[in-house]
Amino acid sequence: MTSRLMTPRGGGLLALAILIAATPLILPNAFYFDVAVRAGINAIVCVGLNLLIGYAGQISLGHAGFLGLGAYGSAVLTATYGWPPLLAMTLAAAVVGVLAFAVARPVLRLKGHYLAMATLGLGVIISIVVNNEAAITGGPDGMTVPPLDLAGWTIDSEAVWYWLVGLALWVAVWLALNIIHSPVGRALRSVHGSEVAAEVSGVDTARYKTLVFVISAVLASLAGSLSAHYGGFITPSDVSFFRSIELVTMVVLGGMASTFGAVVGAVILTILPQVLTWFADYEHMIFGLILMLTMIFMPKGLVPSLTVLFRIRLGARGGSAPT
Amino acid sequence: MSLLRVENLSKEFGGVHAVEDLSFGIKASTIHSIIGPNGAGKTTLFNLISGLYTPTSGRILLAEEDVVGLAPYALAARGLSRTFQNLQIFFNMTALENVMVGLHLHVDRRFWPTLLRLGGIARKEELARQRAAELMRFVGLASYLDADASSMPYGALKRLEIARALASKPKILLLDEPAAGLNAAETEAIDGLIRKTAETGVTVVLVEHDMRLVMGVSDQILVLDNGRKLGEGAAAEVRSNPAVIQAYLGAASLGGTDVAR
Repeated sequence: MTSRLMTPRGGGLLALAILIAATPLILPNAFYFDVAVRAGINAIVCVGLNLLIGYAGQISLGHAGFLGLGAYGSAVLTATYGWPPLLAMTLAAAVVGVLAFAVARPVLRLKGHYLAMATLGLGVIISIVVNNEAAITGGPDGMTVPPLDLAGWTIDSEAVWYWLVGLALWVAVWLALNIIHSPVGRALRSVHGSEVAAEVSGVDTARYKTLVFVISAVLASLAGSLSAHYGGFITPSDVSFFRSIELVTMVVLGGMASTFGAVVGAVILTILPQVLTWFADYEHMIFGLILMLTMIFMPKGLVPSLTVLFRIRLGARGGSAPT
Repeated sequence: MSLLRVENLSKEFGGVHAVEDLSFGIKASTIHSIIGPNGAGKTTLFNLISGLYTPTSGRILLAEEDVVGLAPYALAARGLSRTFQNLQIFFNMTALENVMVGLHLHVDRRFWPTLLRLGGIARKEELARQRAAELMRFVGLASYLDADASSMPYGALKRLEIARALASKPKILLLDEPAAGLNAAETEAIDGLIRKTAETGVTVVLVEHDMRLVMGVSDQILVLDNGRKLGEGAAAEVRSNPAVIQAYLGAASLGGTDVAR
């Protein structure tokens, strides 16, 4: 049992659980809980997005679209049609999953810039639809969303939300690690390494690319639903192109092909604008700058770079296990 | 009966015939070499057989089944694997993981048990790890068990590709210039590895420029020139084939000695 906790996988999951459990002790008031909840929701999206970008090596500049569909799906079904939130979330995620599946084959056949453009286009289309279908979505004015309730228990305190999102994040990380530390995860990484070699090794690359695209889209949708019910109000800016870039920046900063890196990236870039209030006016610029600087000085991202540094310090050698 | 049979195979690239009306058969459990000058169509032929290219016309039969149009991963499942002239290594992984990808077809990769880590996935991963390590030792990479692929020298990577290809348990293994860029000692070792592999019952098809290696190791040799068959037979027959000598003499710098050696 102790040996299992010493692995990057077991140790990381334990450390994450402790961090999630201990953070409330240092959060002085509801404002900080609010930031933590938003960070957690972003982290859930990034864990999924990192499977796609970091592990399988496929870029997506349209994931805010899936996030937005989850948010608006939940919002419309609960506010307009009176569905229970949990059911609305599930249906929205299922629809997003089917949509992602349908677009995956043609889109993921593209590579590099072309894939970036195609996914960007997908995100923009979703964003335009949300903006224009004002009768359903409220258009640019946005729409209010009823709070989450679980079997009659309405969740309205930041603290309860914190635990809920914390649990969801932990589960998302656990599921992502299960995939990574398996033949399926290896197949995903082989697609990144050399598609042609993966194919002749027996990996159906189209199938795996589709699979990871769907997984990341569904996770984004679920996180979008959560954020809609949590915030109580959504606008098309939640679905914007910039939101997609923000998510990619979080993954890149934290570290591609590092699940804990994705969490760290999401947390840092959610907290930063809150801490540095002057940031607000220049938010887009600062995110762009962070993305550029990371690519230039730390292309592997924070967590993998620090891990390497740590290993060198310890004088340890050996293969790098995916974290 | 041939394990692999190619019938009237042609491949055109915008009017250029890379392979033209080519027919031959490869018997099970033999070492079969394909030689010819640069641009003779050897690698194109490999790409056709392994499903990376679709032929313009003709048939490819693997164990008497027409496999034209099948994707490479489907061919791998039918027992065909290959290595690449210009290395195709997963540089984002360790050496051992590279070989483990080769085990893909023989491991538990069901989605839901994987997602929930049920069905002994962890234990099966350990078995896969051991099997991959065994294969690395088989190809002489015992000292690289913990290495990142990106830190390995060229010669070791050539062997790593062979180990990965063997992991898929192929009936037939296509080696595209396994000795290219290797020194004499390393080539000697590859020679031994090819023989050792053939002894395990794997049919080996070899594209290679090193004539000493080809002449020594091959049961059968196919000579290509300009996408067509120039000659075929055992090493001695090929060496004395006038058409083959003519083709190699024509390529002035080779001076014919390459074939005669």
